Amino acid sequence: MFDRYQTGPFYDEMFRNDGVLREHCAPLFERFSSIAEADFEARRKSCDAHFLRQGVTFNVYHDDKGSERIFPFDPVPRVIPAKEWEHLESGLTQRIIALNLFLHDIYHDQQILKDGVVPRSLIEGAKHYRPEFCGVDVPEDIYIHICGSDLIRGNDGVYYVLEDNGRCPSGASYLLENRNALKRAFPQLFERMGVQSVGSYPRELLAMLEFISPHREGDAMCVLLTPGCYNSAYFEHCYLARQMGIEIVEGRDLVVLDDFVYMRTTKGLVRVDVIYRRIDDDFIDPTVFRKDSALGVPGIMNAYRAGNVALANAVGTGVADDKAVYHYVPKMIEYYLGQEAILPNVPTYLGADKKELGYILDHLPELVVKATNESGGYGMLMGPAASKAELAEFADKIKADPGNYIAQPVIQLSSCPTWCDSGFEGRHVDLRPYIIYGSDVKIVPGGLTRVALNKGSLVVNSSQGGGSKDTWVLKE
Amino acid sequence: MLSRVANSLYWMVRYIERADNLARLIEVNEQMILDLGRVDPQGFRALWRPIILATGDQELFDETYPNATQREAIHFLTEDRNNPNSIVSCIASARENARMVRDQLAEELWEELNGLYLFLNSEESSRILAGDPSGYYEMIRRSTFTFHGIAAATTMRSEAWDFMDLARHLERADKTTRFLDITTYLEDSKDVAVTADEHWLAILRSCGGVGAFRSQYRGRFSPRNITEFLVFSEKFPRSVRFCVNRLDASLHAISGNPVGTFGDDAERASGQLLSALAFGSCDDAMAEGLHGYLDGLQGRLNDIADAIFRTYVLLPEQIDERPSIPASSISSVVKWQMQQQQQ
Repeated sequence: MFDRYQTGPFYDEMFRNDGVLREHCAPLFERFSSIAEADFEARRKSCDAHFLRQGVTFNVYHDDKGSERIFPFDPVPRVIPAKEWEHLESGLTQRIIALNLFLHDIYHDQQILKDGVVPRSLIEGAKHYRPEFCGVDVPEDIYIHICGSDLIRGNDGVYYVLEDNGRCPSGASYLLENRNALKRAFPQLFERMGVQSVGSYPRELLAMLEFISPHREGDAMCVLLTPGCYNSAYFEHCYLARQMGIEIVEGRDLVVLDDFVYMRTTKGLVRVDVIYRRIDDDFIDPTVFRKDSALGVPGIMNAYRAGNVALANAVGTGVADDKAVYHYVPKMIEYYLGQEAILPNVPTYLGADKKELGYILDHLPELVVKATNESGGYGMLMGPAASKAELAEFADKIKADPGNYIAQPVIQLSSCPTWCDSGFEGRHVDLRPYIIYGSDVKIVPGGLTRVALNKGSLVVNSSQGGGSKDTWVLKE
Repeated sequence: MLSRVANSLYWMVRYIERADNLARLIEVNEQMILDLGRVDPQGFRALWRPIILATGDQELFDETYPNATQREAIHFLTEDRNNPNSIVSCIASARENARMVRDQLAEELWEELNGLYLFLNSEESSRILAGDPSGYYEMIRRSTFTFHGIAAATTMRSEAWDFMDLARHLERADKTTRFLDITTYLEDSKDVAVTADEHWLAILRSCGGVGAFRSQYRGRFSPRNITEFLVFSEKFPRSVRFCVNRLDASLHAISGNPVGTFGDDAERASGQLLSALAFGSCDDAMAEGLHGYLDGLQGRLNDIADAIFRTYVLLPEQIDERPSIPASSISSVVKWQMQQQQQ
């Protein structure tokens, strides 16, 4: 099955560039080499059927039939040796601590701006900066409770942080379900490889939510706030709420009275202490942010300011995962922790900087350009893949609003064997670990490996031909 | 339990029960028509009309199929997605409600319902319906039975269960009255060569009650006996009285009030209806005229449903004037907002 496998010029997760198998992948290689093509395909199909039956699906927008698709799943796992994981873990821990110190600073004394380490104009002009919340204390001074940082690997095998998702990162349910699917498909492999379990994620998440409760007496009433069943991540909201044993609520289930939040139950109103919200700042309170929001809870921001309800993540964290602010994260780590960043950033050119803007416009065909406040692969230009017309059009957009764009050199993501119609072929992957910050920083070993299923593509987003894999972090 | 969740559980089960009843009705009617031998197209229409009238979508049907044949009648009741009460639509609505409360349901329960939904939307199901209709309806009946079985085996006996149980029996009671009511419409189609007795027997069969009836009444399949059995039987699980009894018990389990008393409008309405059934007899129904009597029952069942909604779902309306958003009429703006980008 691996006979025709070619690694290409990129870092490959399973084979060295000279074609020699990486040692930690040996049991996996043996197992997958011995399996017949038809058998493998049958197991893959049974995974898909299981996902469909379970409703592990996302909604396809703009489709009146309400059709649902499964997020394509590739049964070849991505394997990470224990040593590599320790390195990632320490780097991600360092990063989430620095990001939280930064947010606390930005919403209080703004020392980092006064010291000129991060330009004030950048923060004040950031789309997701919420000056309304300056001076507001949040429980335990934690802002980003759940962070989904995207990591990629260059040709040198070095892990880079591509972006930090510090608002409402999604995908953790796929991490858990992908593991379940592979356990059913290849049970013996787990014992032979010694794979670390990811099952503790819902427990850690719940422990964090309980930790930030503003009320110490009795059990904290935690709920998950969803935009509703038409959201693409609705399956995940239900899944996590169920795993944690907490209620899933919509905005209309909540009501604010005298700055306390209650949910409407068949027995009357019940006080809510902690909200794991999967709804953006913009929509959360129509009396403060978007007036037309039909999903939010009027008055909830007053309850939040009064300290009567905790939100995870806090309001205003979007300023920390802004793509231009990203550029300064290594400096934040140095500024707040006096350490060098363990995980490097991808070099980033800021449109806001005149010199760098010139560089961006001159080198457009070699760069990836992104709008600073978009996510999910939207508002993006892949220079090398773009036509002349697209390049020209994008250049105009950048010139019109340079501060809204950043550019990065194209990093060839690492590749990983992936099941294609005719055996295994290399496809590009990234990695999104989920970092939980409560009484302590907890990272379940692994994360969601996203894979660009189209040959040669570097775009892993599910909306644009991406799929996912299980991620195995090995024990020692 | 969240009021919205209670409402969704309730509608999920009502739609499943509705689909199940419709499947029974169609299948039994088809079998009966087979027994009749040759019937002309006019006759077919007459034979399906009562069922379409009984499910309440006659106007839509006449509009969509002015020259309906048997095939179209069956299609309308089974697969027509434009008919909100067709079997396929009912299962889709049940699933939509289940989706909104997935966290409350056992995995197996969701999978059963989702599996049925996926099957009904597959090409395979249309093939089966065309080639082996009774296999098709049997599949639906079995799946809904399985659903109730899984629910009974996995659901905690708490409010969630009570709302589901209550919904099942409310829908079932309503459908039993509608089955019986079919005999009324039969009088409009006298030109068809079906003896009334055969229709009565078909009704009994669609309620799955032939065996139970025999053991109680021997072979005396008279309209009076069948009516008595389906409305007043204390023991038969699809009789109106049995269902109202269960529904009354569920309401009291939810509120915590002792059975025989009432603390809200829903309990009061169900208690009144239950005593009318427990202390009434078939003679009352016959004296009033069956159609009028059944109409009255349906009205009282509707009143109970309305009272439940007012008591448990609209509960804190005085606090917040915003109307809740029913999933079926959700506006495109709200839908768009729900679809907000996820990181």
